[in-house]
Amino acid sequence: MENSTIDKLPKGWKSVPSDLGSDQTTFKGVNWGKAMMWIFLLSDTFIFSCFLISYMKGRASTVVDWPNPSEVFALHVGGFPVPLLLIAIMTFVLITSSGTMALAVKYGYEKNRKMCGYLILATAFGGLTFVGMQAFEWTKLIHEGVRPWENPFGAKQFGSYFFMITGFHGTHVSIGVIFLFIFARKVLRGDFDTGKRGYFTTMKSDYVAIEILGLYWHFVDLVWVFIFAFFYLW
Amino acid sequence: MKEQTKKRTETTHKIGIYLWIWGLLFVLSFFSYLVDWFAFQGLLRWTLILIFMFLKAGLIMAFFMHLFWERYTLVNVLLWPMTAIACFIGLMVAEAQYTVFTRFIYFVLGS
Repeated sequence: MENSTIDKLPKGWKSVPSDLGSDQTTFKGVNWGKAMMWIFLLSDTFIFSCFLISYMKGRASTVVDWPNPSEVFALHVGGFPVPLLLIAIMTFVLITSSGTMALAVKYGYEKNRKMCGYLILATAFGGLTFVGMQAFEWTKLIHEGVRPWENPFGAKQFGSYFFMITGFHGTHVSIGVIFLFIFARKVLRGDFDTGKRGYFTTMKSDYVAIEILGLYWHFVDLVWVFIFAFFYLW
Repeated sequence: MKEQTKKRTETTHKIGIYLWIWGLLFVLSFFSYLVDWFAFQGLLRWTLILIFMFLKAGLIMAFFMHLFWERYTLVNVLLWPMTAIACFIGLMVAEAQYTVFTRFIYFVLGS
């Protein structure tokens, strides 16, 4: 739909009933891939909400003391424990990668092929670093005897919630990294400038694909914001 | 419609806005880490954690995910289901209090 046509449609609150009651497309002027990615992210929000709510319920209803995350996730630097050090670094790495992704989307829309491609690559390496540190954290906790059914620090439920929630988030990051590498290759090869057809989809694409990829990546960062607040800080 | 969608020129935003949000996210993350560093406890800790969390989530969604500039219908369709999640959280808080109450009576005090 052209900009001039969209400008004639109602704005603000009035656009909601008029959009929802309209013909052909609901979200006027929104790329269909982008709308579909948002619907997927909404359903993913429900999944992560269910995990976090069940964690909240489990933690609130146990009669044994919950392990103190500040001590469990502390790293020893020069012999004295720094609380949540690794988690803080992981948070900063993920926010950094989110920033590079936002810039990649911007350069993509400006058809700046090289900047866009290299920023996606930087994002992918940020994600890899994050997954690597998460693997380190899991290894450390498993060596300390944390299992889904028991742990030496306190309430037994701690392990199952920890592995389930961070594991599911880590899976999302890993899938994101795979797609970031695929799209970095596509961008740098110039697929979105030449209109080369996709291997699986056989459809032409353009730089809006980078924004859709960006939505997924920012969502991964968004989920981490909630996990960081509720699991590690609370 | 499909052909027409392609013609629409996507709006691009100034780099400054992204760098500002990026910086703010770093600062807010640092603040939420300080909450743990200074070992605030109780209501103060939970309030600060929630404030920094919602600010970060809001900034990411509004600017990095472009919801601030997105079509209003899409924004509504995405944000209203969160109300259902909030209700679910409320229900489960009540349920957890009941569960821990019965557990204290039967497991700890003995039946």
